[in-house]
Amino acid sequence: MAELFERSLAEHAAALANREYSARELTAALLRHIEQTDPVIGAYLEVTASAALRAAEESDRRRAADVSLGLLDGIPFAVKDNLCTKNIPTTCGSRMLEGYRPPYDATVIERLYRAGAVLLGKLNMDEFGMGSSTEHSAYQPTRNPHDPTRIPGGSSGGSAAAVAAGEAVFALGSDTGGSVRQPAAFCGVVGMKPTYGAVSRYGLVAFASSLDQVGPLSRTVRDNAVILSCLVGKDPKDATSLAHPCTDLSAKLGSSVKGLRLGLPKECLGEELCPAIRQATETAAARLERMGVRLVPVSLPSIEPALAAYYILSAAEASSNLARFDGIRYGHRAERYDTLEELYRRSRSEGFGNEVKRRILLGTFALSDGFYESYYKKALSVRSLLRRELDTLWRECDALLCPTAPTLPRRFSERSEDPTSAYYGDIYTVPASLCGAPALSLPCGTADGLPIGLQLIGKDFSEPLLYRLGEALEQVTETKEVCR
Amino acid sequence: MRNDYELVVGLEVHAELATKAKIFCSCPVTFGAEPNTVCCPVCMGLPGALPVLNQAVIEYAIRAGLATGCEIARVSRMDRKNYFYPDLPKAYQISQYDTPLCFGGSLTVDTEAGEKRIGITRIHIEEDAGKLIHDKDAQTLLDGNRCGIPLIEIVSEPDIRSAAEAKAYLQALRSILLYTGVSDCRMNEGSFRCDVNLSVRKKGETAFGTRTELKNLNSFSFAVKAIEAEFQRQVMLLESGGQIRQETLRFDPVTGKVYPMRSKENARDYRYFPDPDLPPFSISDEQIAHNRRLLPRLPRERQRMYREEYGIPAAEAALLTSDRAMADCFEAAAAQTSYPRILANLFLTELLRLQSADAFVCPISPDHLASLADLAGSRALGSSNIKKLLGLLWERDDDPKRLAEEQKLTQIGDPARLLPIVKEAIADSPRSVADYRSGKTAAARAILGRIMALTQGRADPMLAAELLERELNHNITQ
Repeated sequence: MAELFERSLAEHAAALANREYSARELTAALLRHIEQTDPVIGAYLEVTASAALRAAEESDRRRAADVSLGLLDGIPFAVKDNLCTKNIPTTCGSRMLEGYRPPYDATVIERLYRAGAVLLGKLNMDEFGMGSSTEHSAYQPTRNPHDPTRIPGGSSGGSAAAVAAGEAVFALGSDTGGSVRQPAAFCGVVGMKPTYGAVSRYGLVAFASSLDQVGPLSRTVRDNAVILSCLVGKDPKDATSLAHPCTDLSAKLGSSVKGLRLGLPKECLGEELCPAIRQATETAAARLERMGVRLVPVSLPSIEPALAAYYILSAAEASSNLARFDGIRYGHRAERYDTLEELYRRSRSEGFGNEVKRRILLGTFALSDGFYESYYKKALSVRSLLRRELDTLWRECDALLCPTAPTLPRRFSERSEDPTSAYYGDIYTVPASLCGAPALSLPCGTADGLPIGLQLIGKDFSEPLLYRLGEALEQVTETKEVCR
Repeated sequence: MRNDYELVVGLEVHAELATKAKIFCSCPVTFGAEPNTVCCPVCMGLPGALPVLNQAVIEYAIRAGLATGCEIARVSRMDRKNYFYPDLPKAYQISQYDTPLCFGGSLTVDTEAGEKRIGITRIHIEEDAGKLIHDKDAQTLLDGNRCGIPLIEIVSEPDIRSAAEAKAYLQALRSILLYTGVSDCRMNEGSFRCDVNLSVRKKGETAFGTRTELKNLNSFSFAVKAIEAEFQRQVMLLESGGQIRQETLRFDPVTGKVYPMRSKENARDYRYFPDPDLPPFSISDEQIAHNRRLLPRLPRERQRMYREEYGIPAAEAALLTSDRAMADCFEAAAAQTSYPRILANLFLTELLRLQSADAFVCPISPDHLASLADLAGSRALGSSNIKKLLGLLWERDDDPKRLAEEQKLTQIGDPARLLPIVKEAIADSPRSVADYRSGKTAAARAILGRIMALTQGRADPMLAAELLERELNHNITQ
């Protein structure tokens, strides 16, 4: 058996049920591992050790009294720092919210608490979710556990790195244009962006409300399905949330994938794609074909304009969502100001980092009188067009297969000066975000010791199907070892 | 020179809705609570909190729209209006931009020149902002209790041509909102506030002049004074060769003058866009029909009925309908009496005098009020005893006829009962009879007094006088 911190949720759940070790022992082991590993990795912004041990002890008492709450009872996890945790600092990776303690728990946090899961702490991220490297955190860099000279991806870089480094059994991230999937791919873990509306956004500090979704990162596909099953459901506090037609998303795992039709969008296998990733994608497709999956070459012509539309829409919504950080009621307030105007200007100039400022400016511009029609409105039309294209594809296939990211994780030193080339890294993840479709990223091999991620995209609420395909693929792919 | 100009006014009224909960959370709608005790993460716009539209707000706004003859949008949605101000926790107000819930209605008001129709452009729903409190240490404090109180904004067409018309419009609108129960319209608590858009033009011109906006007028008289002051200012400015600037003004009721408001202006760009936190919503035929069924009959319709069916004068009809509870009570009683005008008189004199609260209350049931009007109309009771009886009923509601008998308040109006008493009084007053017969007819008054004394004032005075005169003259001819 692997080391304690290398095991999957399913393995821990079985061990806890068999009394091989207690939730307290597990939690204490993970806390020790965080202490040893995280100084290098930098995934955690806050470790809630004593609360975690107390929660684990409660879980052990429940188990002793034979009233265990299920598979997640006693399982240590951690969450991205843009999910509100009552009385626990929630910074969104920003100076703006340094020391801010929300008075309430996000709905997803409540749901995990109710299932008995044990919160270990809060994880690093690109400021307010804006970025794909976690370098835009105001606090610290997070390192890729597979190669600490490289980025973990982002914006949920802390979440992906923590799971990959064994510093949590699973983690929650949030995905606006790929922020769960891309770091999952870079760190060699499984990451799901659920159908828009499947998981409540209440308590997720908004970046772009029409795109944001909370999603789990885990070591295995099955684990991911178990966690997401706990998260989904209509929340009366989130008007955009929807009841999921399926309550147990792991129910279909293990059943045959024979006869399923898998679309391969040709735009996602173009010249610009890193050759190792292309090869990994083709190998995966071939493996699935051998299992009886039918491969269908398809086209998604609007994928390029969709990337531009994504950056306009997400920035537009962000410019409004982030306006509340004005230094008046909470968060950073400038020390010196003479007028109200100056209080706003200084607090926001000091509190926000450059990437956030860039997006606020971009979004403000896109919504401004005289530019609304040619930017915001136009971007909405592109979004509708893309939706129609995707809807047409569902007539010929049950899911799409494509790479999660066009490149392998770069070195910190290779940082590009040009933000638009960084934005290009989201090309494969943005379509599912704009269409609200579920998308699963899972590891499918390595290149030069670096993980490669593959993405499965399905129609709304097709998570069980994506998990089924994902697990089938996972079982024929070389297992990925936890890096130290 | 004032007379060469025509005033053009459009009004924007903000009315707080009388729903139980706020517009996007379950905090109760209250007034006067300790600052920051009636607010939550949602209405304070804390990071991560999300709005959920209170369905009752839609229903109330639909009712306001139907009562003002508006069409109701079949698909509508909420938009964000972005601007920074310390009383606005999210730095955007959730409002409606291009899909107002109601549009294209009108109100009819009475003016000096007769009835006038004033168009209503739109009614939309939105959230209120918090309240800034400027304390004595020159600090500004924020009270979040008002954040998220539901509002409707009712925008009129620029159809108003005088301060008096503006006042009539505001009164009519307020009364409709009160009747429909949509808002309690307490102006002193700010639950009914008015912004004025005002321009002037030379009489006969058809193009509008440059308009200014007067913000937050919270009484009818301030609105009238502000309109008059700003009309005067614009005319003087134009006459002296100046130009009107499009700006937002504040009216100071102490000086009676308007002042430019600081900062806020310079044609702001609110960057409206659909609120992605709130899905668009549709309104069904059933929903509209349901709200139409809930509408009460409105004041103008009731006034017409009072005039036409009961013959009540217009001024009294207007007074009776000034309060829905009073009108409802009046109508319930009027349906059961043969003397509706006497009933109206009882309401407007006696019952109004007994009111002490803001809202009309009457502990006497409508059927008892109807009996009271019948007793007065049939002259079974004299007017002073009617008042006395009403006073007793106010203390303890009872059947007026029984109570009048019990308290011996009924008038003796039956000649057969009164005649023996008249005869007794004559027999008791030989001197007065002699005086009368010698031509001093005024002596009859003394005998009448004796009749009243014998009946403890219950004799019908007219009948008693008639019988007495007949008896006295009858005896002469005998």
